[in-house]
Amino acid sequence: MINIFEVYETNKMIEQEQLDVRTITMGISLLDCCDADLDTLTRNIYDKITRTARDLVSVGREIEREYGIPIVNKRISVTPVALIGGRACTCPEDFVAIARTLDAAAKATGVNFLGGYSALVSKGMTATDEHLIRSIPMALASTERVCSSVNIGSTRTGINMDAVKLMGEIVKETAEATRDDSSLGCAKLVVFCNAPDDNPFMAGAFHGVTEADAVINVGVSGPGVVKRALEEVRGENFEVLCETVKKTAFKVTRVGQLVAQEASQKLGVPFGIVDLSLAPTPAVGDSVAEILEEMGLASVGAPGTTAALALLNDQVKKGGVMASSFVGGLSGAFIPVSEDQGMIDAVCRGALSIEKLEAMTCVCSVGLDMIAIPGATSAATIAGIIADEAAIGMINQKTTAVRLIPVVGRDVGDTVEFGGLLGYAPVQQVNTFSCEDFINRGGRIPAPIHSFKN
Amino acid sequence: MSAPIKKTIITVVGKDTVGIIAKVCTYLADNDVNVEDISQTIIQGFFNMMMIVDTSRSSKPFGEMAGDLERIGEEMGLKIRCQHEDIFTRMHRI
Repeated sequence: MINIFEVYETNKMIEQEQLDVRTITMGISLLDCCDADLDTLTRNIYDKITRTARDLVSVGREIEREYGIPIVNKRISVTPVALIGGRACTCPEDFVAIARTLDAAAKATGVNFLGGYSALVSKGMTATDEHLIRSIPMALASTERVCSSVNIGSTRTGINMDAVKLMGEIVKETAEATRDDSSLGCAKLVVFCNAPDDNPFMAGAFHGVTEADAVINVGVSGPGVVKRALEEVRGENFEVLCETVKKTAFKVTRVGQLVAQEASQKLGVPFGIVDLSLAPTPAVGDSVAEILEEMGLASVGAPGTTAALALLNDQVKKGGVMASSFVGGLSGAFIPVSEDQGMIDAVCRGALSIEKLEAMTCVCSVGLDMIAIPGATSAATIAGIIADEAAIGMINQKTTAVRLIPVVGRDVGDTVEFGGLLGYAPVQQVNTFSCEDFINRGGRIPAPIHSFKN
Repeated sequence: MSAPIKKTIITVVGKDTVGIIAKVCTYLADNDVNVEDISQTIIQGFFNMMMIVDTSRSSKPFGEMAGDLERIGEEMGLKIRCQHEDIFTRMHRI
């Protein structure tokens, strides 16, 4: 029998502690849209997306209403476009036509972002992959809702340093192409190592080639709920702390699992995974940084931060795994700067540097995320940061990613406003000693020794 | 095959006033919704009421009923929510 205190607790989590389902993402395969003619290809893509995701937004709203749980984002991910455009696209401009089609399809279905304008080049780049990558700045500048990602390495293949070098340049060009908009294009572009096929979170979401024709993935959230639970055990030892995070993660994930199953059933699309991530938003009280500070740090960035984050990540996974039948995606805690008020504050008070953030990415869910850097940062330096982050992922057999925003015309001390869920960010200091000769070598860093598990 | 009927949980939170239960129950009776259980308590100074109702014969679709009750709540300075029971059972039961 349902008990009034449990009902009260659930509704308090929703109303006061910002418990929500962060995203329902419908993955759609575009492999059956391929055609040698660009017009036919774009028409096929538009038709398939708008047909498959026709009811996504309305079903999302219906679930919100029936269970009283907010679902913040409804999104779509598609097969990496570099694989789809192979026959029809002979230059970067051809790919931009596909990007515009994706944008139109996103608007028609009412989703706020569509991911999958992507290339997977962890071992090598085809001519088509390179066309797509070179089209990214123009594609992101001329669309509103399209997100792009490029996978440049993996534990199995090593790191494609030619692609790393190219991505350094592409990030710069994207910043330039969207300079009138605070270089916002870079907020829609992620460079991955070990990218998962079933990630529901933007900007890195795409529908991997290992996936079914269409699938529903759900990303749960709730940093506020975890923080509030930890307030109750202030001063207690680590055992109690861990137990508290674990129990809370279980409850939060159960809601994600419920929403995933409902959405899957109502849409007639199979359920894929629940991504057990704590994803912050710029709203006060919805911050991963605040959880770490609640554990006893005066500021995120203080010694102990990496340990605190490691603990949080592990307990979230331990609590969540039993609550869902399929867990996947990135699963862990996100540590973006601009999207997390606690992180922004830590950067502003000088407690959190890019180097500390890099150390934190060894134990978190993804990587260097939504960090504004001076517009004058060189492409080689950006490539160097990407290479460092990819190396962490490659060696540690985990997903890592970089989403840096070199804001044109801004320098350390400035603040950049991105708006909405993207928040704002102080421009951070980057180590300016050159890594140009290192990046210019080109070629590939071989896979690490522990990748040979056959 | 249709899905099994879900019970709906109605919660009323706010300052205590005369006639809250009467008003909510009248609305439910008028729309063929059967009340199966009512419990109430004061939590952190707030009046909290929970009803478990069966909407299988309800004359109104779920969304409309939820909207109507929300408005009735606003008129009395209360927050009234309707939610399917699953969110509570899933979260608190293994």
